[in-house]
Amino acid sequence: MLVAKNRNREFSVRYLPGFSSMAILCFVLLYAPIVALVIYSFNSGTNIALWEGFSLQWYVVAWENELVQEVTFRSLIVASIASVTATTLATMAALGTTRTRNYRGQMVIYAVINQPLMVPEIVTGVALLIFFAIIKAATGYHGLTYLVAAHTAFCIPFAYMPIRARLEGMDGILETAAQDLYATPVQTLRRITLPLLWPGILAGLMLAFVISLDDVVITELVKSAGQDTLPTYMLGQLRRGITPEVNAISSALLGVSVLLVSIFFILRTR
Amino acid sequence: MSDPISQRQIAVEIDSATKIFESETSSVTALDNVSLKIRENEFFTLLGPSGCGKTTLLRLIAGFEHPTSGRIRLYQEDITFLPPYTRPVNTVFQNYALFPHMTVRQNVSFGLEMLKRPKGEIEKTVDEVLNLVRMEELGDRQTSDISGGQQQRVALARALAPKPKVLLLDESLSALDYKLRQDMQIELKRLQHETGITFVFVTHDQEEALTMSDRMAVINEGRVLQVGTPSEIYNFPTERFVAEFIGDSNFLEGQITEQNETHVRVQFSPASAVELPSGQTLLSAKKVTVAVRPEQATLTSATEQATLQGVVKSMVYFGTHTHYVVELDSGDEFTVHLQNIRGHELHYENGSRIGVMLDPAAMQILKD
Repeated sequence: MLVAKNRNREFSVRYLPGFSSMAILCFVLLYAPIVALVIYSFNSGTNIALWEGFSLQWYVVAWENELVQEVTFRSLIVASIASVTATTLATMAALGTTRTRNYRGQMVIYAVINQPLMVPEIVTGVALLIFFAIIKAATGYHGLTYLVAAHTAFCIPFAYMPIRARLEGMDGILETAAQDLYATPVQTLRRITLPLLWPGILAGLMLAFVISLDDVVITELVKSAGQDTLPTYMLGQLRRGITPEVNAISSALLGVSVLLVSIFFILRTR
Repeated sequence: MSDPISQRQIAVEIDSATKIFESETSSVTALDNVSLKIRENEFFTLLGPSGCGKTTLLRLIAGFEHPTSGRIRLYQEDITFLPPYTRPVNTVFQNYALFPHMTVRQNVSFGLEMLKRPKGEIEKTVDEVLNLVRMEELGDRQTSDISGGQQQRVALARALAPKPKVLLLDESLSALDYKLRQDMQIELKRLQHETGITFVFVTHDQEEALTMSDRMAVINEGRVLQVGTPSEIYNFPTERFVAEFIGDSNFLEGQITEQNETHVRVQFSPASAVELPSGQTLLSAKKVTVAVRPEQATLTSATEQATLQGVVKSMVYFGTHTHYVVELDSGDEFTVHLQNIRGHELHYENGSRIGVMLDPAAMQILKD
C-alpha cells in the first residue's frame, strides 16, 4: 500500500491521450459528493441543498443533541472494546501463523482468517442475527455484548492484516539472536518481538476501530432496541427527513476516520 | 599461548553428528556423520563452499538446530538438546542481527541482563567490552546510526559481553568491504588473544581461513574432508576437493609401478615418472592423482632433464610472479608460477618447447 518511488522515467502514462482527464474525472467522482457534504454542514439554513450562509450552528445542534451524545458514546464503547479485543486475538493469531515451524495446513489457516473479508457483510449480518437469536432465546440476555461480539468478529481480519505483514517483514534472526543471548521464549516475546511489532499492532488497532465505528449493515441487523450506534442513528434520521445536522455529524465522523487512517499509514511506513 | 594446541582441553566435541532436513517433498542431508574436536582457546575455522553444511554445524553448537543423530559436547557436558538460551555459547551473526529498537549499550548489555547479573557488574562489563572493540564513544547511538564496520564491532561486543565459553562467528566478515575486512581480521585475532575465548569461525573464503586459523576443517557436501593447521591443509591436501578449494593445484594422473618402504614410483607416461617419499598415505589403488602447487614447479628449456614436456601456451605477468600455462604432451594443461627475482627473470616465449621440473617433496598423492 506504500507509494512506490522507483518509478520508470522512460514510460509515463501521462503521454497517453485522455489519461489526465480520466484521472481528474475519477477524483471528482470520488470527492465531489464528500466535499459538498462537508460544505453544506456549514450551511446556516435548514435546507441541505440551498446555501444560505456560513454558520457552525448545526455542529452546535448536533453536539447538544442528547440522542446524538448517547449513540456516539455507544459507538465509541463498542468500537473500543471490539477493536482492542480483535487486535489482541489478531496478534495472537499472527504470532501463531508466523512464529512456528512450518506445519501442514498453514495456508488453510491463513485463508480461514482472511476469508471474512470476502464474505458479503449482509451474509455475516444475517448469520450473526440468527446465531444470536438462538442464544438470546436460550439465555434471555439482551445486552450490548452481542453487538461487541459481532464487531470483534468482523474486525479480526482487519487487525490481522497489518500485524501479520509486520511480523513477516521482521527478521526472525533477531529472535534467534535474543535466544542466543540467554533470553527465554517469554523474554524474547516481551523484549524483542512485541516492541518491534508495536507499530503493526497499533495500525491494526486503528483500522479495527475505524471499521467498527463506521459499520452499518451488521450493526443494523444485530442491535436490539435502543442500541443504536452513530451510523445506524444517522440512517434512522435520514428516513425522517434530512437537516444539515446529519452533514455536521457525517463531517465529524469523516474527520475522525481520516485522522485514524492517517495515523495507520504513518505507523505502517515507520 | 605457549602450550601446544594438542595438549589443551577439548572445548567443543562434535561426535558423529548427522543432520537431515525433512520436508514433505524432499530430505536433505546437511551433515553426514561429522566428528570434530575443537580445543580450548583455539581459532578454529569451518571452511567450505556455500551449502556445504558449515553453518548448520555452527547452528548445532549454538542450539538453533538439533542433530538427527550424534552428540554435541561442551567441555564434556552433553548439550545436544539444550535450548540455545541455556548454553554458554554466543554467536556473531552474518548480518549482525542487532536489535534495532535499542541503543548500542542496550544491545551489548542484553545478554547480561538476561543472565540477571547485578546492575553494577553489567555497567562495568559493558564499558570493558565496548573498550575492547573501540566503541566506547558510541554507546548511546542507535544501531541504525552507525556504519557497517561499527555494527560489526557492536555485534562482537554483544556476543563477548557474557564471556561465553565459545564464540561462534557465522561468515561475520563477508558483509564488509575489502579494507574493513582486513582490519577486522587483525582485530578478531587480537580479541581472541586478549579474551582467551575459543572462536569457531565459519567462512567460504579460503584466504581468510588460511590467514586467521589455528586449525581448520574443510567441509564439503556435509562431510569433513580434512582437519589441520593452515600449512598442513595447504601443503598436504589429502583429497582433490581440498587441493582445488584451497589455493591452485595441478593434477596429474599416474600409476603406481613400484612401492617399497621408502619410495613410491608413479608413472605418468612411458617416458616420465617420479619417485615420491612414501608413507604419506597407504595406497591400495594402482591409479592415483598427484597434486602439485603451481609455485612448486619450475620450467627449463633443457627439456630432456625435466619430468614433463610441453609447449608454452600462455604467459601472464603479475608483478611478483609470472604465470605460465604449459600444454603438456599428454594434452593436459599445467600451470607454473615463477617468482620474479630482479636480475634473474626467466622468460619463455609462447609456443616454445619447455620442460616442467617437479620436486618430489612438494607433490602430494591424493586419496580418491
